[in-house]
Amino acid sequence: MKPFFIIHRNSLDSLFGALVGRNFTLVGPTLRDRAVAYSEIATVNDLPFGWTDEQDGGTYRLKKSDRQTLFDYAAGPHSWKKFLFPPALQLWEAERQIGPHEASPEYPPSHEGRGEQPRYAMIGVRSCDLHAIAVQDKVFAEGSHRDPTYEARRKNLFIVAVNCSHGGGTCFCRSMNTGPRATSGFDLALTEILEADRHVFLAESGSDRGAQVLREVTQEEAQESDIRAAERITADASVPMGRLMDTTDIRGLLYNNYDHPRWDHAAARCLACGNCTIVCPTCFCNTVEDFTDLAGTRAERRRRWDVCFAVDFSYIHGGSVRSTIRSRYRQWLTHKVATWIDQFGTSGCVGCGRCITWCPVGIDITEEVREIRANRPDDRKTLSEVGHAHT
Amino acid sequence: MKKQKPKLAVWKFASCDGCQLSLLDCEDHLLAVADRVDIAYFPEATRAVVKGPYDLSLVEGSVTTPHDEERIHQVRRASRLLVTIGACATAGGIQGLRNFKDVKEFTTIVYASPQYIETLKKSTPISDHVRVDFELWGCPINKSQLLEVISAFLYRRKPNIPAHSVCIECKLRETVCVMVAHGTPCLGPVTHAGCGAICPSYHRGCYGCFGPKETPNTASLSSWLVRLGMKNDAILRVFRTFNANAEAFRKESQAHED
Ligand code: SF4
Ligand code: SF4
Repeated sequence: MKPFFIIHRNSLDSLFGALVGRNFTLVGPTLRDRAVAYSEIATVNDLPFGWTDEQDGGTYRLKKSDRQTLFDYAAGPHSWKKFLFPPALQLWEAERQIGPHEASPEYPPSHEGRGEQPRYAMIGVRSCDLHAIAVQDKVFAEGSHRDPTYEARRKNLFIVAVNCSHGGGTCFCRSMNTGPRATSGFDLALTEILEADRHVFLAESGSDRGAQVLREVTQEEAQESDIRAAERITADASVPMGRLMDTTDIRGLLYNNYDHPRWDHAAARCLACGNCTIVCPTCFCNTVEDFTDLAGTRAERRRRWDVCFAVDFSYIHGGSVRSTIRSRYRQWLTHKVATWIDQFGTSGCVGCGRCITWCPVGIDITEEVREIRANRPDDRKTLSEVGHAHT
Repeated sequence: MKKQKPKLAVWKFASCDGCQLSLLDCEDHLLAVADRVDIAYFPEATRAVVKGPYDLSLVEGSVTTPHDEERIHQVRRASRLLVTIGACATAGGIQGLRNFKDVKEFTTIVYASPQYIETLKKSTPISDHVRVDFELWGCPINKSQLLEVISAFLYRRKPNIPAHSVCIECKLRETVCVMVAHGTPCLGPVTHAGCGAICPSYHRGCYGCFGPKETPNTASLSSWLVRLGMKNDAILRVFRTFNANAEAFRKESQAHED
């Protein structure tokens, strides 16, 4: 049986200290631009103490919480992917030194993507986001095309998860079986317990490294009552969950409804701005751009996040395959929750709700799926409904 | 054997000179440009004139007079590649506001002897008159983008000037969305990237200086702006600024006329 320990709020800094002592750069939730954004942190004082948020389609509001807690908010505007899969990265650089067609003598030359990578300790990762990291692992670190930058950063990564005590307005992890309680994929997991006379964290380790750090920080074993209190908190969190999504045979549902009128409805509202994909913790698309300087002596290749909502994204000889917004929105949603399963064996959606909150016009993935399911022309049943199991 | 440097010309039509100044503003880079190209015609910077034809012509400004309507064809004939720079040249500029009114009325109010004013009814982009090889948007243009276009031209590669939304630039620099988090109206989702998303980083909404992005859905954004409390006349005004005459913005502002 896994032993649970108690970390007092005032000794949370000793946990941070133990991680800094192991050469980790701490990153966690901070207040920025009236939102909870993930950035580098140094001490507990950098965390948003006494703050919460209200989220709905296209709306996010930071609010003073009536609880004096450190983790009383849902997913923020950024996802943790930016630390493992940086938004922009130099992949390659060459300097002309000798003749006009010779690259620099040391090849490959130094560049950001291959040099020493940062060692991050993420503080406060929620269960949905642990699942998102596992999804990106499949893309970048487990397939046949591995990404060396991601792999290096991922190998170093230390994760301190926090169980959710706050079901966000656009969250639907329960529908996606990804939360609200962290069950794996962390080094340490904390549940914040605030009672009349004490403010503590119930801590459990999920790895040997985690157990070692925990031993260094606390010797106070949790009581049965603490464990029950923590269970109550995470159970409560799952009660008010802003959204839900019925995923029954979702592949059959979408593959049989490419011509559903709901796609036109979505296309009329979708701005093709790409915000949904950028905030999504699993979206991994990127593009590579080549640059030269004016003097013609330096060439550089850079990678940056790209979005399937851009016209160029599907550009092949002769033009763009997805010229309409309808085709781009349909591609995005269908990939997220259906073709992703064929491709990677898991859903591309973990139910964090970010794409709903940060869509400037509040387009809601759960609502789109619900509308497609509810109003199907009669001949557009799912595969299981017509007695044909999809494999 | 020294290769001859390509000849660059910079032309001015109806404009404020701000975009040409972006080139002068490039400081150290300007020397690198001068090192690689022969600045053959650039009245803003030098009186020297080298006869055409020119390998690369940068055209600033819109067409507003019968004389310019002729002159742009001469420029086109003298140029191998023609790149328009700025909102005036690509969309008609702020002076495109005349397109919604009767310009005669203006001239009689503003000038003592309006009979000497020879002007067209509309301010139009260069691409309405001649073939344009590349358009660089912005009011003013972003000087790094200008250098990128020149460098791409010099080394025969595709310029990295994405036509996606300003939102992507906000997200890449990790600015929190001002519309979602603060309720501040913003044109970012329909506006062409290029400025680096400056205004939202100062908690202001995007003003649309870089014109419409590819496949802009202005009608949907407008319905959301209404939800944020904007009235019809305010929506008309946000779409009717430096790029008022760009098709998507023009149609959207017209949809909000009473
Ligand atoms: S699709 Fe939306 S809800 Fe699902 S993981 Fe991505 S951002 Fe979160
Ligand atoms: S669904 Fe929303 S966030 Fe995504 S591209 Fe469309 S308008 Fe932008």
